[in-house]
Amino acid sequence: MGAWAIAVHGGAGVDPNLPKERQEEAKRLLTRCLDIGISALRSNLSAIDVVELVVRELETDPLFNSGRGSALTENGKVEMEASIMDGPKRRCGAVSGLTTVKNPVSLARLVMEKSPHSYLAFSGAEEFAKKQGVEMVDNEYFITEDNVGMLKLAKEANSILFDYRIPAVGTCGASAAMDSPLQMNGLPISVYAPETVGCVVVDKQGRCAAATSTGGLMNKMSGRIGDSPLIGSGTYASELCGVSCTGEGEAIIRSTLAREVSAVMEYKRLKLHEAVDYVIKNKLDEGKAGLIAVSKDGEVACGFNTTGMFRGCATEDGFMEVGVW
Amino acid sequence: MGWAISVHGGAGDIPLSLPPEKRLPREAGLRRCLDVGIAALKAHNHPLDVVELVVRELENNPHFNAGKGSVLTTSGTVEMEACIMDGKTMKCGAVSGVSTVVNAISLARLVMDKTPHIYLAFDGAEAFAREQGLETVEMSHFITPENIERLKQAQEADRVQLDYTQPIQKEVPKDAALADGDSQIGTVGCVAVDNEGNLATATSTGGIVNKMVGRIGDTPIIGAGTYANHLCAVSATGRGEAIIRGTIARDVAAVMEFKGLSLKEAAAYVIDQVPRGNAGLVAVSSTGEVAMPFNTTGMFRACATEDGYSEIAIWDSPTK
Repeated sequence: MGAWAIAVHGGAGVDPNLPKERQEEAKRLLTRCLDIGISALRSNLSAIDVVELVVRELETDPLFNSGRGSALTENGKVEMEASIMDGPKRRCGAVSGLTTVKNPVSLARLVMEKSPHSYLAFSGAEEFAKKQGVEMVDNEYFITEDNVGMLKLAKEANSILFDYRIPAVGTCGASAAMDSPLQMNGLPISVYAPETVGCVVVDKQGRCAAATSTGGLMNKMSGRIGDSPLIGSGTYASELCGVSCTGEGEAIIRSTLAREVSAVMEYKRLKLHEAVDYVIKNKLDEGKAGLIAVSKDGEVACGFNTTGMFRGCATEDGFMEVGVW
Repeated sequence: MGWAISVHGGAGDIPLSLPPEKRLPREAGLRRCLDVGIAALKAHNHPLDVVELVVRELENNPHFNAGKGSVLTTSGTVEMEACIMDGKTMKCGAVSGVSTVVNAISLARLVMDKTPHIYLAFDGAEAFAREQGLETVEMSHFITPENIERLKQAQEADRVQLDYTQPIQKEVPKDAALADGDSQIGTVGCVAVDNEGNLATATSTGGIVNKMVGRIGDTPIIGAGTYANHLCAVSATGRGEAIIRGTIARDVAAVMEFKGLSLKEAAAYVIDQVPRGNAGLVAVSSTGEVAMPFNTTGMFRACATEDGYSEIAIWDSPTK
């Protein structure tokens, strides 16, 4: 049979001035998640189970922008979204607008397996969650002090903030954001969907799966949906590969980034690494994003055109790497 | 080269025995929308404006599953979604969960033009509509007696209907063409290209009958139900879940780009990959070609090209 491979990410687009301590914290979390995934793979869990397990861990930890620790909407609340896809039959599930579901990725899985649909959102999704008996908590559970501070800075800078995870000390956050004023959709606001999380896995049977989860953009309009729950954009898995993206949501959607990797492998017959390089180089135009991917042959790859991407990957032959830059 | 336009009013197991009172208004609707689009193209309007205009017409027509005439959720409510995309700039806008906005496609356009985002949904979308001064009405405006009936039947049959066609006649034997008896129509769309090769697409829908509240289909998902780039513009219709999984709209363009197929070949290829009875699409290319393939019993469709060709059809050759 084939060999397993796994990759995780905690967001593309890292502030070059990010304090060392934060970088180390991120690497520790990524390592922990990789270990959880590796252990599950060694116990023969299927790819779809492993991606869910790992993303749950990322959602539960407040460090990255998903589940607890999610970025806040302009109203100071949390609205989360996630999607999951199973390569073999391209089954998929997605959710958006979650405010009380502890683990969005698990609800996405339930949409895939227990509903006649592929995508549920807002109150309908919450209703479904209640009926499925998943763990629900108050919206406050997801809100961290750090993010309350970041939202304030974002409003002061009157921009959608790239969630730097800089401790909210004075104005360094706002000025850092304004130091590199990037454009999104032609409007002068900062970019980068901050620290979305994701995981892609291929198991020993060669089955690929992918899952992505996020709180979205800091200071986003309530009701805004990004790339993470959109099949083909933030998440995609087929017989050939599994892909999870992160970065400027709008750029990822426009380029249907996750699907692109698989399409290029399928139609141009590129191998995984070539496909990832090709797509990052040619399909993003001015957009800034990154992605992780695995192939049915046990390969793992990541690519990004941002300054850094929190990521980790491992393969069955013992290779393991966690990085930021 | 030359301009080209194609519109659809939904693909599904439209029975060959469709009674005139159901067929004629839809054909007339398609004809009228096609004419509106042709006139706009001849007047040199940008394809983005053309597709929005045409889809607004389709939304206002109660015989199609979009805007007025939208199918109902399991709670008897209307939750509309729409999406628009510009092939040249790749800018796009999408909305879901819209219940009071008369023209969801125009709201999608505003999301594209007036926000830093691509996609707004539910309360957020409704609030934005009001901020923008879009025309809003009571939800009852969109609800038609036919759709109340469809919902009732679907709930009795305890199944999710894609939309229209077979109101479930318990006594009447089912058409042999039906795969599993689920009626499969829904969604309206328009794609257009001008004689400079500018492409645009727009899709709008009420979704599927008896859908769960909060269910989002393929229409607002870029790459699934709606997509345009410099090669072509595509609007798909059918079973949302299959269209999402197959990233149908994106694949037409991808196959053209990566396999070098023509629009017609690419469109046919992509529809072929979807299980029978699940999808159809309309597409135009930058060079003015048109394709309208479907693997369902029928698809309400119409198209016209600058050289004078025009067509309105429901059934027949799925290789268009």
